[in-house]
Amino acid sequence: MYTVQNTKATRDGFGDGLFEIGSQNSDVVGLCADLTESLKMNKFKEHFPDRFVQVGIAEANMIGIAAGLTIGGKIPYTGTFANFSTGRVYDQIRQSVAYSGKNVKICASHAGLTLGEDGATHQILEDIGMMRMLPHMVVINPCDYNQTKAATMAIADYFGPVYLRFGRPAVPNFTAPDQKFEIGKALHLIEGKDVSIFATGHLVWKAIEAQDELAKLGISAEVINIHTIKPLDEDAVLASVTKTRCVVTAEEHQRNGGLGDAIAQLLARKLPLPIEMVAVNDSFGESGKPDELMKKYGLDTPDIITAVHKVLQRR
Amino acid sequence: MTAENDISQLQRIASQIRRDILRMVHAVQSGHPGGSLGCADFFTALYFNIMNHNPAFNMDGQGEDIFFLSNGHISPVFYSALAHSGYFPVAELATFRKLNTRLQGHPATHEHLPGVRVASGSLGQGMSVAIGAALAKKLNNDNSIVYSLHGDGELNEGQNWEALMFAAHHKVDNIISTIDYNHQQIDGTTDQVMSLGNLKAKLESFGWTVLEMNGNDMQEIINTMGRAKAYCNHGKPIAVMMKTIMSYPIDFMMDSHKWHGVAPNNEQLEKALSQLEETLGDY
Repeated sequence: MYTVQNTKATRDGFGDGLFEIGSQNSDVVGLCADLTESLKMNKFKEHFPDRFVQVGIAEANMIGIAAGLTIGGKIPYTGTFANFSTGRVYDQIRQSVAYSGKNVKICASHAGLTLGEDGATHQILEDIGMMRMLPHMVVINPCDYNQTKAATMAIADYFGPVYLRFGRPAVPNFTAPDQKFEIGKALHLIEGKDVSIFATGHLVWKAIEAQDELAKLGISAEVINIHTIKPLDEDAVLASVTKTRCVVTAEEHQRNGGLGDAIAQLLARKLPLPIEMVAVNDSFGESGKPDELMKKYGLDTPDIITAVHKVLQRR
Repeated sequence: MTAENDISQLQRIASQIRRDILRMVHAVQSGHPGGSLGCADFFTALYFNIMNHNPAFNMDGQGEDIFFLSNGHISPVFYSALAHSGYFPVAELATFRKLNTRLQGHPATHEHLPGVRVASGSLGQGMSVAIGAALAKKLNNDNSIVYSLHGDGELNEGQNWEALMFAAHHKVDNIISTIDYNHQQIDGTTDQVMSLGNLKAKLESFGWTVLEMNGNDMQEIINTMGRAKAYCNHGKPIAVMMKTIMSYPIDFMMDSHKWHGVAPNNEQLEKALSQLEETLGDY
């Protein structure tokens, strides 16, 4: 049903999206903490040198400067690794951005285990949780290159703080190249009736692969892409679960605080039904190749299939 | 008006602001009077002489000078200066730190208090924000100036040093950052808690133009800040080391860290107010 157009990193989608929105909107300013190439911000930097700010390895300062730029009507996009975009600067984001209601776009690459060989110091698996807890923070984790590019451009038109999370490795690029990105709108990728699989980020493609395998076993799985974890598209989640009566969530993040947590909270309040979570279970990562890590930590396609079997038994 | 009268008028405003500070903090038996009293002359000079600003508040502050308070705990002096400048009614000072107030314990934008452009309180963040606003002014071809105030104890926070390095490297020369150099912080003197060493040499070695002034002498504040303005647009950021006396000029409160975050009781309030002329009317 979905064909892979190519494999490309979501961070490339960010870099290309930033360049394109920067071409359209002269208020867009890019800030980077000494990771311009890693964040794919080079093109923006070369074309708009006056609107590119090299901050050096000083992420706290970068967040504060971004907050200040909004006071002159600018739309700052900060770029660094997800670990340094969140955990390292939580209080700066909390006070100078979120509590102050500033229009800062916190753009975070190399999220999760797929950062790979650098290991657990850099593999943040708590960022969605931290950002979700901040009042009025929007949290977005797109699934492929095309969607990341669309999201990067769309957040310029939304006034308020946004956390945009993406990753390092080349992954299947399968969504429409010229899609319109709507913040907070869950995307029904595949209709099904036996189980709802809600996935975000890199796990969306794996959920599609799992659905394919499950279909061969006669299990009809519904696959929904939750690119915006906050605000959660509650209507879409509840509508799907009302039909299927059981849920699997899948994400490259800790079970605590992530997408599964958000959906479980919603279901507990409004529609208590069985849920299984494909996520890292209270553990740090380690060095290794992205695919090896996803397998070892239970975030691969077979893990989604196993979770579906488990939740169907509980239904 | 002669310059001399101008100074005496500013001193009259500062006296009223000091009365407001004491009465605000006393009313809720919480807040930070020491640094607020020490900086009353600076705020008066800033809002009634130095800055070209518009009390019909606009968050973007385009075409006007804007100010950031980084050491947000001295909110009483900030609020009183804003109120007397016309940002909001002076009577609203009576709501300080009370439920449903716009005058939060530490300054915030959340309740939309005119005059506040970013929340502060968690220390060390204001210089970065001020630098960002200064960069925005440059991008907007806006020649006005960004002012900021920081505690000397606050300089313990490392983010300040990131910001100091950045501003010099990027030639952010439309910012004047003042440091309340009162040598006091919560646990004792700055020398006891965490020595700043030769602060002037440190700031200069970071690439800033550094001026010094007595922050409890109105004429000297006006003169020095005038010089600071003249240094703008010359390729370097400007720092002003402002020597103040904590709780100035209340005799039994002066120059001790003990009044950093303690409110006076009824008797102490009366005694303190007797040392300050009511010039513009108490709120």
